[in-house]
Amino acid sequence: MTDSALLSGSVSSLRQQLRDRVVSSEEVTRACLERIEACNGALNAVITVCAEQAIDSARKADKAIARGNVASLTGIPVLHKDIFCTSGVRTTCGSRMLEQFVPAYDATVVSKMQAEGAVMLGKCNMDEFAMGSSNETSFFGVVKNPWDLNCVPGGSSGGSAAALAAGMAPLVTGTDTGGSIRQPASLCGVTGLKPTYGRVSRLGIIAFASSLDQAGPMARTAEDCAIALTAMSGIDAGDSTSADLPVPDFHAGLNHDVQGLRIGLPREYFNDDLEQNVRERVMAALSVLEQAGATLVDIELPHSHYAIATYYVIAPAEASANLARYDGVRFGYRCKEPVDLEDLYLRSRSEGFGEEVQRRILVGTYALSAGFYDAYFNKAQQVRRVITEDFTRAFDNVDMIAGPSAPGVAFQFGAKQQDPVAMYMEDVYTLAVNLAGLPGLSTPAGLINGMPVGLQLIGKPFDEQTILNAAHRLQTDTDWHMARPQLETVTP
Amino acid sequence: MGLEVHLQLATQSKIFSGSATTFGAAPNEQADAVDLGMPGMLPVLNEEAVRYAVKFGLGIGARIGERSVFDRKNYFYPDLPKGYQVSQFFAPIVCEGVFEVPLEDGTLFPIRITRAHLEEDAGKSVHDAFSQETGIDLNRAGTPLLEIVTEPDFRSAEQAVAYLKALHSLVTYLGISDGNMAEGSMRCDINISLREKGADALGTRTEIKNVNSFRFVERAIHSEYERQADILESGGSITQETRLYDAEQNVTRSMRSKEVANDYRYFPEPDLLPIVIDAEYIEAVRATLPELPGAKRARFIADYGLNDYDAALLVPNHALADYFESVVTAGGAAKPAANWILGDLAAALNRNETDITDSLISAAQLAGLIVRIEDGTLSSKLAKQVFDGLWAGEGDADQIIEARGLKQVSDSGALESMVDAVIAENPDQVAQYLAADEAKQKKLSGFFVGQIMKASKGQANPQMVNELLLKKLNDQS
Repeated sequence: MTDSALLSGSVSSLRQQLRDRVVSSEEVTRACLERIEACNGALNAVITVCAEQAIDSARKADKAIARGNVASLTGIPVLHKDIFCTSGVRTTCGSRMLEQFVPAYDATVVSKMQAEGAVMLGKCNMDEFAMGSSNETSFFGVVKNPWDLNCVPGGSSGGSAAALAAGMAPLVTGTDTGGSIRQPASLCGVTGLKPTYGRVSRLGIIAFASSLDQAGPMARTAEDCAIALTAMSGIDAGDSTSADLPVPDFHAGLNHDVQGLRIGLPREYFNDDLEQNVRERVMAALSVLEQAGATLVDIELPHSHYAIATYYVIAPAEASANLARYDGVRFGYRCKEPVDLEDLYLRSRSEGFGEEVQRRILVGTYALSAGFYDAYFNKAQQVRRVITEDFTRAFDNVDMIAGPSAPGVAFQFGAKQQDPVAMYMEDVYTLAVNLAGLPGLSTPAGLINGMPVGLQLIGKPFDEQTILNAAHRLQTDTDWHMARPQLETVTP
Repeated sequence: MGLEVHLQLATQSKIFSGSATTFGAAPNEQADAVDLGMPGMLPVLNEEAVRYAVKFGLGIGARIGERSVFDRKNYFYPDLPKGYQVSQFFAPIVCEGVFEVPLEDGTLFPIRITRAHLEEDAGKSVHDAFSQETGIDLNRAGTPLLEIVTEPDFRSAEQAVAYLKALHSLVTYLGISDGNMAEGSMRCDINISLREKGADALGTRTEIKNVNSFRFVERAIHSEYERQADILESGGSITQETRLYDAEQNVTRSMRSKEVANDYRYFPEPDLLPIVIDAEYIEAVRATLPELPGAKRARFIADYGLNDYDAALLVPNHALADYFESVVTAGGAAKPAANWILGDLAAALNRNETDITDSLISAAQLAGLIVRIEDGTLSSKLAKQVFDGLWAGEGDADQIIEARGLKQVSDSGALESMVDAVIAENPDQVAQYLAADEAKQKKLSGFFVGQIMKASKGQANPQMVNELLLKKLNDQS
């Protein structure tokens, strides 16, 4: 088996090969580590590589396979976004603040995947504290899009998406607070799933906005996402907001049947603001599903245009509190020789946090301030309910909702960095899904001038199965998800 | 005046983590990753704390919030690990209620409770352990607190102290807190303002933070009252501010003024679900409530014929009240039981710096003593000797009477011969007695009683001696 086959295969095929003993986990793991070695200089997708630990885990997986003791991810290499705490492995959250932070505990997602036999290769670069849509805010430098090194990979799970697209691992994890899985999946040509809020435990995930954060898988196929989602999901006594619902075997639940499936197309997502070529790709993908028996239905989500404003009050407000613990007292960055407590706080936080993080802390602090609470935070909470009701009403008539994952393809570095609002617009199609707590998925829908574009599928609460099925059917009938960036372009 | 009391709930573990809450552990030994506010850590609500809060609410007859919500109170302080305290601001678990506070004269004084809410305690800054540096001890961080807020219903320091004592009694009855003020289990903030006689509106208030004993509460109030009165009488005005009570100097000092006070930016805590409490839960908790001090006081007065004063002294301490009832159950008459417990036993416990739960005299033993007084076996003087014997562990009352030979002599034949002997031995005093007028005779009879008691080694029944003596002396004339 060639390296390139190893590096572009799906989890499901790799899993079969491992079980058939065609290839060993150690071989796959080494191939991934070599790939990281070869490409990371150009891409900067991975912050920390755990080579020894990975090979050790791979060998254990091989022994387990030899004994016939296989779990759903036994021997599969994974890269985690550096927002998941990993016991004994530095967890930076893309920030100088946590440059040296080594947790003594694993995030539930990490331990669950480990319990399923996954082999952790290392930790992926990301926008600082998951705040960004281009991976330009990371303290550890920008991540480059393997499809075009002059372009961003999206964010905040941009390192994960770029690593996956570049063949560094067949499976990566991300988190999605406002689009941070779906938008980079779209920009890097991979499949990314944000589960329903509460489906996956948040314990051990460094918090950005607690009521919106949700972890999910990114992989080369919807099928792989289904496998990974089952492994990651479930109620966690350590996360009060995790849902007490049975976790289906999403992989076993996959079928090709979209006959009679009613897919809602929100008028507000397909208006004149949508770029023509993105519309064409999205509609081309939807017509594939239509030909397979699905029905496209025009729907309305009348309060969609409030989503960005609502999100940019609630998320920064929660973040302003979540990030208060980084004060230089107990862990994390501490400024040199503070003269007093005030100075310790001011300089540790000014020096430890980047510009975007500081901007959002300030916005959030303002939105919660006495005299502004009702006008901003309280109002935003009310609008959030209205936006959620839009979806609830829409789902009376349709089984899922479809639209673009992002307004366009990957853009060049710096293009939106000076204009926060233009950057925030990157998530215009994804934010509302977080506000409503719904599952959303991005699946490749072809290329525009050689750059990938994604189709977003939005499901009813806890109905990840329907959107996974639809994506799976699309990936059965088309080969957009098979497109890979030219490998030479990522060789330094 | 209105009071805010922070009550530490006596749960086994903290309100949002599994760490223990024991007082006095080595610094940071009882702080886990949640208490330290480590990245990615999440709070999980301790249901015991909820049950304790509901118990309290039912104990004061307050409304229990059907749906209460935790909020984040945001401020920076080194001993506040997350940079916010999880509290309840918008929707507390215990809503309005009225607490009947017994005053010393036995009357009840109603205090309106505004609310009581659950929150986590902060840690402690340790300033004296290191030179040039401040240490942080997070053992206390995350300890469950119930903050109990009253309306401004207090008009005197005595009322405030009576309220705190009644509160202390209630929470120890409920078993939700040890109420230990010295260890910080019960901390009191006092909001105090003055107004002109007859004025409707309350004046500008100051808040005295963290007063930690009943006595200091009383003194702090007096001292702050004097300070405000001086300012107002000299035409000044009061600044709304937080003050601290300095017990050594007996003055309050400004801590921070509202101008620079924190804007706490409360908002609902997204990491926790609202607490939803239904009627079924409330009834289940209600079924576990013990008899509360108010009801017990009324019952002691009605059933045992105690006066307000004795009831007010016995009831607040649950163990003391139980002890009293055990004495009565074991056959001790109620009134003497109260007298012995509040008198000699209290003094002995005091001397030994112990409390009723460690009493060297069991309730049954004290009852045995009282039975022997009631049946005339012991005079009050002999009873005290038996009491000392009980305290010294010499056995029960009958054993001590036997061993020490303390039985009161009530045999009229024996007493008669003693009286006869004393009369025969003191002819001069007898003559003097017979010559005296009635008033003087009373005084002189004391001499003979003394002699007889001496001869009987104190065991003669004094009442019988008196009667016999008078009869015999009058027979002499």
